[in-house]
Formats: sequence, structure tokens, C-alpha cells
Amino acid sequence: MEAEAAKLIGAGLASIALVGAGVGIGTIFGNYLQGALRNPSAAPTQFANLLLGFALAEATGLFGLVVALIILFVF
Amino acid sequence: MIGAAYAEEAGHGGGHGGSANLPDPMHQFEIKRILPFELFGFDASFTNSALFMVIAACVITLFTLYAMRKGALVPTRLQSVAEVSYEFVANMVRDNVGTEGMKYFPFVFTLFMFVLVLNMLGMVPYSFTVTSHIIVTFALAAFIFIAVTLIGFWKHGVGFLKFFVPSGVPFVMLPLLVVIEVISYLTRPVSLSVRLFANMMAGHTMLKVFGAFVVALGLLGGWAALAFMVAFTGLEILVAFLQAYVFAILTCIYLNDALHMH
Repeated sequence: MEAEAAKLIGAGLASIALVGAGVGIGTIFGNYLQGALRNPSAAPTQFANLLLGFALAEATGLFGLVVALIILFVF
Repeated sequence: MIGAAYAEEAGHGGGHGGSANLPDPMHQFEIKRILPFELFGFDASFTNSALFMVIAACVITLFTLYAMRKGALVPTRLQSVAEVSYEFVANMVRDNVGTEGMKYFPFVFTLFMFVLVLNMLGMVPYSFTVTSHIIVTFALAAFIFIAVTLIGFWKHGVGFLKFFVPSGVPFVMLPLLVVIEVISYLTRPVSLSVRLFANMMAGHTMLKVFGAFVVALGLLGGWAALAFMVAFTGLEILVAFLQAYVFAILTCIYLNDALHMH
């Protein structure tokens, strides 16, 4: 296989990391809504944790994107 | 390092990926020398990146000085913005580090405002996003990491090494867990910097790609892409704030670990 083709395939494979980020963000918002509907009075106090969890989960997917970019542009 | 690769990439346009007739989404990350300058054989030019950092520092300083010039008991609109940002960071430090962490409040506040203003300046069209370069975020994160480690050793002496030994685990598991703890501690600056850099870079690349779609689809088909662009710009502004917040709150959490050991 040509090295260029392998590079493109590798970059594509690295972007699969976004699946995990999608599952993680879905879980965080889903569970927050579930908790917020059960106990609406406690919901605003946990909003900061929700955003923190969202950012942390999103970042793991973006690490995969960084790997893809390194494969494409650095090597 | 990676930034230089982008600049080079933007130079010979396209290259990998992207078809020839769409503009290169990486072009916006190119670093340009404004005042070429050499110091002891190192390239110390004043670049557009440095320019935007200077603008951010000026904006923060002038804003806080101008907003607080009267210091009235009943604040004006501008003064209450400055007060809200102060209170926001002060509460963040107090909740996460405790009252003895308040002596690090000026640092956390500076860090939060600097990253926030840099991210927000990046959202202005035709401007430059400083935080989309790993070297900038990594320098910030490495400084935080070294400072927090020094604070830990200064506060607890050699006893800070106990931080890497989790309590209440079976003795046989300890060698494995200590290695895991040390590795997770050492990856902190990497994850802290890559999180901010990747978020900003991915967001701006995506905005650029969809902006190119709007132009390419033209008057008839561009509206759908334009609607997406508007929504996505809103999300990007949220992300710009959120990443500054996460950067500051993780600094607080690391400080708390160093001061209180778990």
C-alpha cells in the first residue's frame, strides 16, 4: 500500500474517537436531564458540573482529532 | 511545532485533503511576522500571535481599570460586569480550593481572563486565535504544572510523594497503582493544553469549512449552510467561554490536590 493512502486511512480511523465523545456527551446530558426532572430544585446547583463534564467528555474525542491531524500534517 | 507545520501547509495551499477549489481551512492559523527580529540567533519576531496576546492584555487591563474607576456602591453596567467576573472566579477558587487558596486567586483570575479574552478575540472575523496553537496552551499548562508541583513540595515537603500512594488499597496492588497515579499526574499538562488547543482549532476549522460551503453553494443553496453557520458560531462562543472556565477550574483542582492532598 502507498504510504499516502495508509496515512489517509489512519487519519480516518483516528476520528473514530469521536464515537466515544458522542456517547459520553449523550450520557452526561441524558443523566443530567433525568436527575433534573426528578429533583428540579437541585438542578441549578449541578449546572457547573454539567458543563465541566461536557467539556471533559468532548475533549477526549478531540484528542482523536489531534491524532488525525498529526498523522496528516506532521508525518 | 505543530503550528509551524500548519503555517508551512498553508503556504503551499491545500496539499493533503481538501479539494483545490475550496480555501484551505488551516490558512487562518498561519503565523506571520510583523516585526522581524533576531535575538542571539533565535527568531524572536513580533508575530500576529504576539500582537493578539498584547491586545488581550491591554483589553483586560483597560476594561478592569475603566470599569472600576469610580468604585460606586451601586455599580454601573460596566462595573457590574467587572464585579461579576471577579465574583465568578473568586467563588470558583473558594469552592474548589478553600479559603487558604485565595492567595492564588490573582493568578487564577489572570489566567481565566487571559484565556477567555484570547478565545473571544478569536471569534472576531479575520482575527487570529492565539489559543489554537499548542505551544501557547502548553506553555501555560506547563507553568501551572510546575508551579503546582513546587507548591505541593513546599507545603508538604517529601510527604507530597504520599499523594501518589492511594490510601485503603491492598498492599499487593500498590506498585501498579502508584505507577498509574504517577502517569496520570504527568499527563496533566498534556491533557490540559491539548483540550484547549484542540477545541479551539477544531471549532475554527469547522467554521472555515462551512463558511467555504456557503460560498461554494452560492445564492441558491447556501442558506442551509449559512443557518448552520449561525448556530455553530453561537456554539463556538459557548465553547470559548467553557474552555476558559474548564482551564481555570482544573487549575483550581490541581491546586487543591497540591494544598490538601486529595
